[in-house]
Amino acid sequence: MAEALATIARRTELGMITIRADLSRAGDALAEAAGLAIPDRTGIVTDGSRNLGWMSPDELLLLLPVTEVDATLEDLQQALTGEHGLVVDMSDARAVFDVTGPHAADVIAKLAPVDSGALPDEHLRRTRLAQTAAAIWRTPGGFRVIGFRSTADYLALVLTNAAIPGSQLAPR
Amino acid sequence: MTHTPPFRLPKGGRLIDRAFQIPFRFDGRHLRGLTGDTLASALLANGQMLMGRSFKYHRPRGPVASGVEEPNALLGLGQGGRFEPNQRATTTPLVHGMITRSQNCWPSLDADVGAVNNWLSPVFPAGFYYKTFIHPRPFWKHLFEPIIRRSAGLGRAPTDPDPDRYEQAYDFADTVVVGGGIAGLTAARDAAQAGQRVLVLEQEGLWGGRTPVDHEGGQAVIDALLSDLRGRSNVTLRRNTMATGLYDHGYLIAREALADHDPNQGIPRQRLWRIRAGRVIAATGALERPLAFACNDVPGVMLASAVRDFITNHGVAPGQRIVVVTNNDDAYRTALTALAAGLDVPAILDARPVADGDLPRAARAAGITVLNDAGIAKVKGHRHVEGVALCVQSGEGKVMDGIDCDVVAMSGGWSPVVHLYSHCGGKLAWDEEQAMFRPDPDRPPLGADGTGNVTAIGAANGDLRCAGDLERDEGATMPVWVMPARAPYKLRAKMWLDFQNDVKVTDVELAAREGYASVEHTKRYTTLGMATDQGKLSNINGLAVLSNALNQPIHATGTTTFRPPYTPLTLATIAAEAKGDAFQPLRKTPMHSWHEAHGASFEPVGQWRRPYAYPRAGEDRHAAVNREILAVRKGVGTLDASTLGKILVKGPDAGRFLDMLYTNMMSTLPVGKCRYGLMCNENGFLMDDGVVARLADDTWLCHTTTGGADRIHGHMEDWLQCEWWDWQVYTANLTEQFAQIAVAGPQARTLLERLGGSIDLSAGALPFMTWAEGDIAGIPARIFRISFSGELSYEIAVPANRGLELWERLHDAGRDLGITPYGTEAMHVMRAEKGFIMIGDETDGTIIPQDLGLDWAISKKKADYIGKRAQRRTHMTDGKRWKLVGLESLDGRVLPDGAYAVAEGVNANGQRKVQGRVTSSYHSPTLGRPIAMGLVQHGPARMGQVLEFPMPSGEVMKARITDPVFYDKEGSRLNG
Amino acid sequence: MLTLTCPYCGIAAEEAELHPGGEAHLQRIGPSGTDEEFEAYLFARKNAKGIHFERWRHAYGCGKWFLAARCTATLQVFGTYEAQTKHPPAEIVEAIRKSRPDWQPDWTSAAE
Repeated sequence: MAEALATIARRTELGMITIRADLSRAGDALAEAAGLAIPDRTGIVTDGSRNLGWMSPDELLLLLPVTEVDATLEDLQQALTGEHGLVVDMSDARAVFDVTGPHAADVIAKLAPVDSGALPDEHLRRTRLAQTAAAIWRTPGGFRVIGFRSTADYLALVLTNAAIPGSQLAPR
Repeated sequence: MTHTPPFRLPKGGRLIDRAFQIPFRFDGRHLRGLTGDTLASALLANGQMLMGRSFKYHRPRGPVASGVEEPNALLGLGQGGRFEPNQRATTTPLVHGMITRSQNCWPSLDADVGAVNNWLSPVFPAGFYYKTFIHPRPFWKHLFEPIIRRSAGLGRAPTDPDPDRYEQAYDFADTVVVGGGIAGLTAARDAAQAGQRVLVLEQEGLWGGRTPVDHEGGQAVIDALLSDLRGRSNVTLRRNTMATGLYDHGYLIAREALADHDPNQGIPRQRLWRIRAGRVIAATGALERPLAFACNDVPGVMLASAVRDFITNHGVAPGQRIVVVTNNDDAYRTALTALAAGLDVPAILDARPVADGDLPRAARAAGITVLNDAGIAKVKGHRHVEGVALCVQSGEGKVMDGIDCDVVAMSGGWSPVVHLYSHCGGKLAWDEEQAMFRPDPDRPPLGADGTGNVTAIGAANGDLRCAGDLERDEGATMPVWVMPARAPYKLRAKMWLDFQNDVKVTDVELAAREGYASVEHTKRYTTLGMATDQGKLSNINGLAVLSNALNQPIHATGTTTFRPPYTPLTLATIAAEAKGDAFQPLRKTPMHSWHEAHGASFEPVGQWRRPYAYPRAGEDRHAAVNREILAVRKGVGTLDASTLGKILVKGPDAGRFLDMLYTNMMSTLPVGKCRYGLMCNENGFLMDDGVVARLADDTWLCHTTTGGADRIHGHMEDWLQCEWWDWQVYTANLTEQFAQIAVAGPQARTLLERLGGSIDLSAGALPFMTWAEGDIAGIPARIFRISFSGELSYEIAVPANRGLELWERLHDAGRDLGITPYGTEAMHVMRAEKGFIMIGDETDGTIIPQDLGLDWAISKKKADYIGKRAQRRTHMTDGKRWKLVGLESLDGRVLPDGAYAVAEGVNANGQRKVQGRVTSSYHSPTLGRPIAMGLVQHGPARMGQVLEFPMPSGEVMKARITDPVFYDKEGSRLNG
Repeated sequence: MLTLTCPYCGIAAEEAELHPGGEAHLQRIGPSGTDEEFEAYLFARKNAKGIHFERWRHAYGCGKWFLAARCTATLQVFGTYEAQTKHPPAEIVEAIRKSRPDWQPDWTSAAE
């Protein structure tokens, strides 16, 4: 039997912080507190252990090791002193999957209305995966997918189904 | 003459491999075909010309075509869950061990009882059903319809679940070329050379379309194009992929066959492509038209192109003696092909007065008799062609001569496949010279930028010549809509237009006589073009006959609308991954696995699955609900409330914003306190409710109903973004970040105190409608002292990852207190016992808070809130609006939910007038009797009055109007 | 199925990623409005065959509401723009006029 198109692995050790603020005013302070540059529109930047993603014009998502969440929450709140903003821990609200393998783009292309094969690096695409909301970006060897925690089983199921052996999208 | 072997020619057949035989079954008979056969070619190779029965008259039918346009050779394929009706034999590749059966016949294809309809055909004209079964009226529903339904329908739907897997995929391209013939491949090369990302879709398993069959050297040209395209990284060539429909903004749907009829491959059977095309090049070719002559439906009458396809592609002889009848040069190719294959071609009957192009000259040179101004007066034979009677095309059908033959190869010219061009609004123009509708380049379908996004090329554009070096001159086609031109009624009544639905020339003429001047009406009246082939063969001939009958040019009649899909799609392909466990996302709370392990019976609430109750062994759901309620009322219980919406609202203007959103005042809520709030829409109607907690000076946490979380968050963002965009407010939907557990019952405090933590839970420190933050059992938590059950109750929110841990700790610590998990039904009953309303029970989208006696939750001080203006509209302030009351069943039985209370008199429709209805109704185990709430006209002023609720059975249930609060009216329990 | 480009994040989203919100540029009528004004605000919609301005939310994306100028008959999209405006901006009007020279805005002051 042939190999699955990609390996679907759930990741649980990730912390997440949602930041809402006027990025043109608070961007520098937030970048300092997050330890990463503010990404461009629809961008996602990384330093290896953390990611900072652009979610909307006034919203960022910081992904970081779960052990660093509490301290970073403090730092970010500090950074917003005197500013109208919102910083909140979302570490438990999401389900995260890594989709890796030579045909990982095929798995994404079966579920999301996205040109997955042409998705640029450092681009965070918020979209839908089958029937539920998700955010997707390229990682070495594949894609990372985040969706809602409550739909974790559903996401795992549709991703696994889309990766069944022999079902790659290349013309036959 | 009779149909005689050999049916498989000794040589030839470019697609078959004679070394590999494929066994299959047809109506129980074991047959053999060859690798490369279609089901149709394999059946023909076995001498099986009869492949089905027509829909209405059950006439014997053989294949007419060799492709997607085939109306007759529809078979049932497979068995059990894999059975599929109405599969075209002409496009189904033969697969090892395939099990096939004929349709629409009983007891067998050869001896079909339904064929009696054929002898009754004079009494079954168009519109027969409409005219015959309208009187007497009651007979339709009880007699005619059941009988007609039983005998109607083509093929049988499978009843077992489909075990195969299907999937979908998205693709994007600058240019999508639909059709892999010479025109499509050439256009693909040009687009690729211009640097575009090109996707080429071909419906069949082989590239080239008609070119390799019809043109010497055609295959070499195709091969050269393919080799060029395969070398380009910006080109994707996808075969076995049918582009079925084009929709808005270049959205193209295509179905790729991956493992059709071959389940052993273990891969998805079909894949539905959802393609976004910058532009579409429709190179979809053309379909040959039949000719309308008498008995043109007898098995053995085939399209000329089909006859030469079977010979050239599959080495199959549909017959030994083939008469060609045509109005164009192309059909001469069939005569030459048949002759070269060693078959007999006694004559070519050409309707045109003159035929002297290259092809007719070649036919004459080959010794074939060519008759001009000639036609077929009638086909002889019933279950198979035995010969034709000749006539003059320009005449009235006087029989001049007869020719014995077993196949008639007919060609009425060609119609461009304009479906894709038309699906999304492209218009057609009538080409008088070529007698065809072709895409009007001035009125193409439009893309998002307002410019045309589909270009038709090649035969699909009406250009029937083969491009490039292969081009040869051909004589003009002469329109022939009826053969002979002045055929009398007797002949016209035997000329089939729509083979599958048995629509004849006289049916269309009858429709015209009866006033059906619109082609769309005629279609529906006669069922012309309404069969599973969607009129691919019949439409143009039918339009021409209708135009003739209406004495108007064809362009004035126009066409019916070409709607997707071009060929049928299986529902499974449309559903794709959305079946079984993945039918829809099932949302699960952090404690879901515990509920499952403890026997929860779940109920859907939106996409969530919530425990309805936890029945124990030997207990039904009702008994479990009663037990859970009593356990909470007497001891302590836990409810998984994680699904409740939790929306954080923060900012300098958050208080002002919430004052607009809720009917009551939220800006004055002190930090540390909770307040129950109502949310209405601009219509004034209640849309959601929940408890709001003020977390900090500029921060509120709004609880919503389970179903309301996403909707209310969206509602908030809508007002913030689109109306009050200068207000400084941010929201965040924290619903999934927290697990929330309601701990309710007189022992709730005792239990929680056992877990230990930093929060003082005493009545003095944490009174009703307050909240506190800290930790419990070592878990960071926010505890809300709120109650939906009417008992002493705490709702504890902890990070979702630790929800299960807290739930288990509670159950460990509360064992001796009789701690009981309770589900949504116990929650519903308990809230009803307390007279608390439920969004969706007491409200239905037309209920204002005032209807529910919730005036106390509507601020009189506020100048404005969403819904305030609407609640002043005259109908909203009308004293006759139904208002919330309690209802007490008089005979101890539970009132049916939704039952109506009747009033005196009847309304304008003769129905009893109503004065109220039941909105919630339960058995209350706490009180040992039924309780109900309802909306009743002047209800609160009618305490003690008895209402009547007629049941469908005719009996009448009675209930007394009471206060809606049935339990603990003074609220001492929840304040405890 | 339409595609519309979200002006906030620049993503060309397909209809399944969007949530429709009806007619754009409605003027909210509050408690001081007359019955007639309120009825018009609540119920009277243009239902245009032709140029139409409508609300869409990039629901499966950045979550922002935006507005689109579109022909309901041909589905031509003249442009999308941010929701924080009382009337379609000048560049949208220009884009519409480019393909529909006879089209006239039905609001009085573009400067308002």
